[in-house]
Formats: sequence, structure tokens, C-alpha cells
Amino acid sequence: MREIQTQQIIDVIEKLCIDANNHLPEDVKCAIKNCRACEDGQIACGVLDNIIENFEIADNENLPICQDTGMACVFLEIGQDVHIVGGDLTEAINEGVRRGYKNGYLRKSVVADPVRRGNTGDNTPAMIYTEIVPGDKIKITLGPKGFGSENMSAVRMFKPSAGLQGIKDFIIETVEAAGPNPCPPIVIGVGIGGTFDKAALLAKKAIMRPLDTSNPDPYYADLEKEMLEKVNQLGIGPQGFGGKTTAIGLNIEVLPTHIAGMPCAININCHVTRHKTEVI
Amino acid sequence: MEKKRVTLPLTEELAKTLKAGDEVLLTGTIYTSRDAGHKRMCEALARGEKLPFNPENATIYYVGPTPAKPGQVIGSAGPTTSGRMDAYAPTMMSVGARGMIGKGARLPEVVDAMKKYSGVYFGAIGGAGALLARCIKKCELVAYEDLGAEALRELYVEDMPLVVIIDSEGNNLYELGRQDYLASKK
Repeated sequence: MREIQTQQIIDVIEKLCIDANNHLPEDVKCAIKNCRACEDGQIACGVLDNIIENFEIADNENLPICQDTGMACVFLEIGQDVHIVGGDLTEAINEGVRRGYKNGYLRKSVVADPVRRGNTGDNTPAMIYTEIVPGDKIKITLGPKGFGSENMSAVRMFKPSAGLQGIKDFIIETVEAAGPNPCPPIVIGVGIGGTFDKAALLAKKAIMRPLDTSNPDPYYADLEKEMLEKVNQLGIGPQGFGGKTTAIGLNIEVLPTHIAGMPCAININCHVTRHKTEVI
Repeated sequence: MEKKRVTLPLTEELAKTLKAGDEVLLTGTIYTSRDAGHKRMCEALARGEKLPFNPENATIYYVGPTPAKPGQVIGSAGPTTSGRMDAYAPTMMSVGARGMIGKGARLPEVVDAMKKYSGVYFGAIGGAGALLARCIKKCELVAYEDLGAEALRELYVEDMPLVVIIDSEGNNLYELGRQDYLASKK
């Protein structure tokens, strides 16, 4: 049994909050630059140039890329041979978020109650997902999630007879309905299978997967390519002003499901697709 | 295309010269407000009270910035989704606030009000908060400090890069830009 102090978790979460919000992952930067090279929309090229300039300023000056520094989504893969000591894990994560958002001058965007509102003032609570895995380490991934794009996401419980075509139509329909609202170019995470809740979690995990990777199953890898191409034929373009680059990436994650169903969730993210990982 | 330099205030005359698709560099005084601030302002107007700023020919930026670091005028400050202010925008225009800066689609009721009051809807690049903050030269709190990031602030901006999305005649770049792009591919 390896002991890990909650203090170490607090420190890592604090750092990840700041780093994830100020520095875009290399794969996302690369995808945006590749799209700029292929873009031919009139206003679109200028928009992509500004987006590139923006993440470079954020990088160089340690500033938040976007003012919506999001809800802190925290994914923990906890080795089964780890013993967490020194306090409550959930409280440690929230303390890390509290410190990161304060010390990193990040925006506090969380309300205490969904209906009655009221800002919590420290961006807590974090949205926490834990998985128990083999080993004696903890892998922590922090993805700040902005809500301009989160609001354009969707879940649908398909009948199995809807088949692949149903999924394809749903992707296009969701991107169409989102239009300019989620700050295109976007990243599209698709979760298929599992249960109602698992499909949504898969979609969220899909947007965290690096954009230069494919689904390991060639069937879904081909579907990722095909659907990204179809989305980029819609003409919505950067910021919705018209152009080729509506999406810079589309990742699909799947799970087995019930004989009676085919859940599908689509999580939309903007071009500021942020996530940062550290292993303790 | 050459960018148009636009200096505020946004008079009716000036508003009518701006067309959907125009790329502009905006200079002048603007006000920040988003969900909670708009709700409060519209409630004040409903009670017959005055707004905490003079809305005549004013431009409102839908933004909730990150906190300024020491030495900064303001933190990252890109636009939020404008559609959430659709319920309030016609009321704001009815008291003279003519310009709106944000991102995303607007309801037909907002476009109708824009035609009636010669309103202009500008788009700032969503997700470019660090870049846009550079154009903001002054930032002062006006009201609603308790709303934090959503407080009402007066900003002075210089050469803020914007695109006219919907003009005072109701022309909409989201429709026209996409149509033109797709037509060019045929």
C-alpha cells in the first residue's frame, strides 16, 4: 500500500487549474493551425489568426485563454494499492480548485443552486469522477469546461433500429442547432452505448482525448474521420461567419449497451479545449 | 477587406452606416453586463427607476471577465453567448442602448427591436479573451459589485476587433456568411 497525502493532491489540483486555463494543449494548437492552413472563408482566416494570436498571448503572459474558465471537471484514476491519508479526498480536490481559481486569477463561475442561483465565490464544487484502476499511483486530469459550448450539448436514447444513420444524423443535427453559439471551431465528443449517464460521461471523455489520436477500433476511427469531414461541409465556419473550419476535431468513445437501446451523447466544446494531466 | 474604424457613441446615424459582415475596429466607452446584471437593470426599469448608467446611444458588451492580475486593467475578457440576454435586449434598446457586443444567435424579437431602434449587434471572437483584453484601456466599476464577474463596468476600448453580425436593417452575417461560403463551393 502506497500512502499519498491529500496535501499533495491539493497542490497538484491547484497547479492543474492554472496550467489548464492558461496553456492550450499542443494537439489542440496544432489542429487549429492545420485548419488555418486549409481555410478559405473570407472572414474565417482572420478569425483563426486571432484565435492563434490569443492562445500565444495566453501562453507567453500566463493569462487565461478564455474568460470562461469553466467548471473544474476532475477525473481521477486511483490505483487500488493507494491509501489516501491526511483528510477527505473530495475536500482536498475542492481546496485545490479553490486555491487554483483564487491564485490563478481565474473566474468563479459556479452557482450554489441550479434554480435559486448564488455564486459560491470560489468555483467549487468541482465535478469529480473517480475510477479504481490497478497500480499504486493517482492520475489526475483536470478539464475546465466552459458553458457556451456545454449548453449546446445533447443526449438521445435511440432505438437500436435507428442504427448508424441515426447517430450520424444526430451529430449533424446537434452541430447545426449549436450554430455560432459554442464559439466554433468546435471539438465534438461523441459517446455511444452504456446507459443514459454513461453515454454523457463517454462524450465528455471523448473531448479530453488528444485530437491527434483515433479510436482504437478502425470502425469508429473511420466514423470519426467521416463525420468530421461532413461537419466541415456545413459551412458554419469559425465563429459562424461562414467557412470550412466548423470543427477541429471529433472523437468517439463507445461502451457495450443493453439489447433494447443505443444511447448517444454529444458533448460540444469550443476551440479552447483545455485539459491537463499529472500522475502522482 | 479594409477594417472600418468606428468611434462611439453609437448614434442612429452611425448605426445605419454599419452593415452585416463589416469588420470594424471599435473605439470608445462601452458597458459590461450579462445575465444577472441585465435582470437587475430590467427590474429597475420596470419599477420606473433609472439605470446606473446613461443608456442613450450606449453599447453593452456581454462579458464576465476574469479578475485582473496586479498591474492589469482587466483580466481575460471575451464575449459570452448573447442569446441569454434576448429576454432583456428589446427593453434595453427601448431606453436607448443601441449597440450590443457578444457572440451567437439572436431571437427574431431582438432583430425586430434592432430594426425599430436602429440597433447593431457586433460579434467579438468567442474564446479570444486574452487578445480582447489588450484593447481595453480603462475599466471602472459602475454598479452591482456584489455580482462579481457580472458587475456593471465602464470600459474604454481602443481598436477592438469586431464584426457586424446583425445590422439595423436585420441583415444577418450568420445566414449570409454561410450562404456565401457554401455558394462559393458549388
